[in-house]
Amino acid sequence: MPVWAELLIRVVAVLVAFLTLPLIIGQAEHKVMAHMQGRLGPMYAGAFHGWAQLVADGIKFVQKEDVTPREADRAVFRLAPIVSLLPYLLVLLVIPLGPHGLVAQPLDIGLFFVLAVVGIGVVSVLMAAWSSANKYALLGGLRAAAQLLGYELPFVLAAASVAMAAGSLSLSEIVRAWQPWWLLWQLPAMLIFFTAGLAEIRRPPFDMPIAESELVFGYMTEYTGLRFAFFLLAEYVGILVIAALTTVLFLGGWRGPFDDAHLGWLWTLLKIFAVAFVIIWIRVSYPRLREDQLQRLCWLVLVPLALAQLLLTAAVKLAL
Amino acid sequence: MGIEPVDVLLAGLGAIALGAGVLVVSTRHIVRAGLWLVVTLGATAGLYLVLTAELVAWVQVLLYVGAVVVLLLFAVMLTRAPIGASDDLDRPRWAGLLIGGGAGLGLAALLVDAYRWSRVESPRTGTGAEQIGAEVFRTWVLPFEVLSVLLLAALIGAIVISRPDIGSRPDNRSEIGRQESRRES
Repeated sequence: MPVWAELLIRVVAVLVAFLTLPLIIGQAEHKVMAHMQGRLGPMYAGAFHGWAQLVADGIKFVQKEDVTPREADRAVFRLAPIVSLLPYLLVLLVIPLGPHGLVAQPLDIGLFFVLAVVGIGVVSVLMAAWSSANKYALLGGLRAAAQLLGYELPFVLAAASVAMAAGSLSLSEIVRAWQPWWLLWQLPAMLIFFTAGLAEIRRPPFDMPIAESELVFGYMTEYTGLRFAFFLLAEYVGILVIAALTTVLFLGGWRGPFDDAHLGWLWTLLKIFAVAFVIIWIRVSYPRLREDQLQRLCWLVLVPLALAQLLLTAAVKLAL
Repeated sequence: MGIEPVDVLLAGLGAIALGAGVLVVSTRHIVRAGLWLVVTLGATAGLYLVLTAELVAWVQVLLYVGAVVVLLLFAVMLTRAPIGASDDLDRPRWAGLLIGGGAGLGLAALLVDAYRWSRVESPRTGTGAEQIGAEVFRTWVLPFEVLSVLLLAALIGAIVISRPDIGSRPDNRSEIGRQESRRES
């Protein structure tokens, strides 16, 4: 197969995953929330188990008028939703689905790449917040920036722990080096990474930047129609990315009960959806953290814990 | 020696970095200047990538785009961030042009003179993560540690400055205490 054809297949595969998996997660969120909170729409829409709910949402967004506030910085305002999607699309390129190079673009420092690119997301939030010319949006954006900058630290430290354990920054190598007993050894790191990941994608209970009861809708207040849908899509892709990273780094990626060589992709996807389910479950179960509680949790709990985990990882690594 | 795709990429990214850099200092929109800085630093990361310094490129994105510029934008938005042009910006135009242009030209002349037309092969294998790690923690471990002490000192300094209640001099503290008691009464 010529190089360009292979490249084309890989890119198209990632695009397809980018366009379908977040929608599945979106529909799953509707259904799970409907069952847990007794919401009626997603139960009945379209007659058969509410299959049409997401389609109806999509049609609704397309129909809405695309409003740009008069005082807004138009160029930045229009660019922000696209910038929010781009980092996650790039991250999907390096997440391994199975063994034997079943990954769109293997990178030797894949983990580092992922951490760097996820960090760009905050720029889009600041762009949206500032360019809206709305005080609620600006407040939401400042909250988001403070939150993302803070939680980046435990996020990176927890990922560094697993990279130390595996002795590699390549995501495929980390999965290859993974052993079941790491579930215990790296358990604190996994919990820290998962929690910080939730905060990175601003999911409840870390949705203080959006906080609809006090900030209308935070930095997304002025967005309507398709641009708003872009932000929602970015949120679902964010769930996918955090679930996939947790799977690959801490849950053994493609390692399953049997036949990893051929069914590896299935194990990866199953684990990703299991983690995504937990993310949705947490959303309906926990109340929103107040801004000071949120910062306190990050700086006084997660960062020291992550540093302790690094020490533990180093100690075990040296002892072995 | 013809023109290779790498050269075109280098020239293109260089032009983007330079153009966006000029916009950073010439635009009258304060926040947009910060956003143009993102483009400049991103293009610089692209330059590193083309030169096969993968790790340096992503460090650039992680630290500068993801943290430094975000902090900068954050600080600007906390203080004053009008939408649209600000006409009252205080810019020492000629001094800036002189210093910036002079430093740029001087460095360029120095580099051109140092390398002339000698070719440096970029390493084809590895990402540099291992080499950089080995270099930093073997050859350069002392400067590395000294740098971290410097950063620690800066951190402590920032805390002391931002927290007057734990200030350095006792008389300073009593002054603040007096102010507070005055406010209470």
